[in-house]
Amino acid sequence: MIAGNEIYGLMAEFDSDRDILLAARRAQEAGYTRMDACTPHPVEGLADAVGYRKTRVPVIALSGGAIGGAIALLLLYWINVITYPINVGGRPMASWPAFIPPTFELTVLCASLAALFGMLALNRLPQPYHPVFNVPEFERATQDRFFLVIEASDPRFDVEQTRRFLESLNPLGVYDVEP
Amino acid sequence: MSDQQPQEANVPHEEVRSITEEESARRMPGRPPLILPGYTYRSLTEQISSIVLGRTPLGWWAGAFFLFLIVMIFLYAVGYLFYTGVGIWGVNIPIAWGFAIVDFVWWIGIGHAGTLISAILLLMYQSWRTSINRIAEAMTLFAISQAAMFPILHLGRPWLFYWLIPYPSTMNVWPQFRSSLTWDVFAITTYFIVSLIFWYMGALPDFGTMRDRAKRRIPQVLFGIVALGWRGSIKHWRNYQMAYLIIAALATPLVVSVHSVVSLDFTISIVPGWHSTIFPPYFVAGALLSGFAMVLTLVIPIRSFYRLHGLITDRYIENMARWMLVTALVVDYSYATELFMSWYSGDVFEEYMSITRMFGAYWWVWWSVMMCNVVVPQALWFRGVRRNVMAVFFVAMFINVGMWIERFMIIVVSLSRDFLPSSWEQYAGTVWDWATFIGTLGVFAWLMFLFVRLVPMISMSESKELLSEQELTAGTHA
Repeated sequence: MIAGNEIYGLMAEFDSDRDILLAARRAQEAGYTRMDACTPHPVEGLADAVGYRKTRVPVIALSGGAIGGAIALLLLYWINVITYPINVGGRPMASWPAFIPPTFELTVLCASLAALFGMLALNRLPQPYHPVFNVPEFERATQDRFFLVIEASDPRFDVEQTRRFLESLNPLGVYDVEP
Repeated sequence: MSDQQPQEANVPHEEVRSITEEESARRMPGRPPLILPGYTYRSLTEQISSIVLGRTPLGWWAGAFFLFLIVMIFLYAVGYLFYTGVGIWGVNIPIAWGFAIVDFVWWIGIGHAGTLISAILLLMYQSWRTSINRIAEAMTLFAISQAAMFPILHLGRPWLFYWLIPYPSTMNVWPQFRSSLTWDVFAITTYFIVSLIFWYMGALPDFGTMRDRAKRRIPQVLFGIVALGWRGSIKHWRNYQMAYLIIAALATPLVVSVHSVVSLDFTISIVPGWHSTIFPPYFVAGALLSGFAMVLTLVIPIRSFYRLHGLITDRYIENMARWMLVTALVVDYSYATELFMSWYSGDVFEEYMSITRMFGAYWWVWWSVMMCNVVVPQALWFRGVRRNVMAVFFVAMFINVGMWIERFMIIVVSLSRDFLPSSWEQYAGTVWDWATFIGTLGVFAWLMFLFVRLVPMISMSESKELLSEQELTAGTHA
């Protein structure tokens, strides 16, 4: 009903995690590269099948923790040794073992915040609008159905050919995704 | 009663697959499954989300109204405290730490089981956390909220509590980081924020489900906002799962660090009964014990009220009862070590502290603790008790009470008999102490009521993953 350059892509609906895994692998074999799968729960192996391998969340969390911990230790040193030194029972000013508990807590805090916000940033969330929500059937993607989307920006994308390909995968339905 | 016959639970039947009770029993002999057969993605989603999106049951209104009255008692007690000062409480020198610190330690301990269930069991691939982790995490958040109030209420000038946070003030004064009380501020703040992150992240996919299932405008918009546009993309799932695992790994040391830091508030002083190296592990074990008791205290009535026996099966209850037994044994071992060390150290003050706890003016405190935390949990050795939901509930209630009295024993009894007989004193909570404590129980329970009404209380996405795995091992196709 619409020309290829006027749609976001084509979407196929599946009934189970096994069906969509099979479908995504077939699409990969057919040479499609710009696709996505939306599922109500994580499906093992599906990310590899749609060509998404690495996640950078661990690096972000590690940097967050390292930076947070370093800043915490420097802050405590600066506070208790340089700017506001108090002699407590003749203990050394830089009594670092006493600084470890707050440093540890701030390391954990910064690493957790980095993991959360890193995950959201990598996923481009919050995202108020996305074309896939234009398909009424897509509301079951968070409930009990599994969707494979092949985007129009894929070099191999052709509305009719891709539609025929998706229909050959035995889906419950194939839908146009308006941009 | 329905608790012992989970197959009679309200399992929706419209899309029942052909797995019979006998088949599932054959696959997992002796152990009930984590999700009863008969559930599909659809029926599971419907049952969990309809609790939030459907009509409010009359029982909920009645309970919430009753608890709201207790919340008012709390606000009155706190308002009067702010107006008058801590003189309305029973505390004075030498017993400067009374109910407020007992309540603080008790509440902060309760949170720990929630973190253990959500973080440690996740890292250990224990799938029996699936149906209870969100309830347990909510319990953690609300328990920390209650706990965090007490040190602030206990301040002479509670409106200046922010002085504990390092910030560049015009007074040029900074906190003292060699004090365990300052460590507490960081430990508890971190614990609350990390628990909140973990809870929210766990619920994020389910908020998307709620947004898509909501029929009315207001829930659609509200769930739409908190779902952040979640669409279940597999690329999102990969980052999400990794972040969730990392935060679980970060929360795991918090389970042992927070109550250890709390225990350092005591053990760094020289008061007999406090000055002991066993305190950090002893407090952590006690925290987990009281936490599991509180999870059971919440889960058993919720499961019965909302007929969730098919999702929170008896296997969850039995596993938590096992945990309660293990942690109770660690706590009992700590009691024994404390007694042994007070004799073996040869310190007359420590020795006297043990004897006065048993036979002194507060003798009933020590014997109640032994009854609740040592004798009663031994019933959980028997499978018949662990599989009897009412029996487990009663043991949990004993432990809830016992752990509160244990903290009273550690804090009040130790302070009441220190080195100088001239500074010995008796202590009793006033009506305001009791009103504040009962008030926080009301606030906690009221927040739990709001939680089960407003948030899907069982993780739908994780339950579906579990269902998919159960199907895989069962070899049947949906």
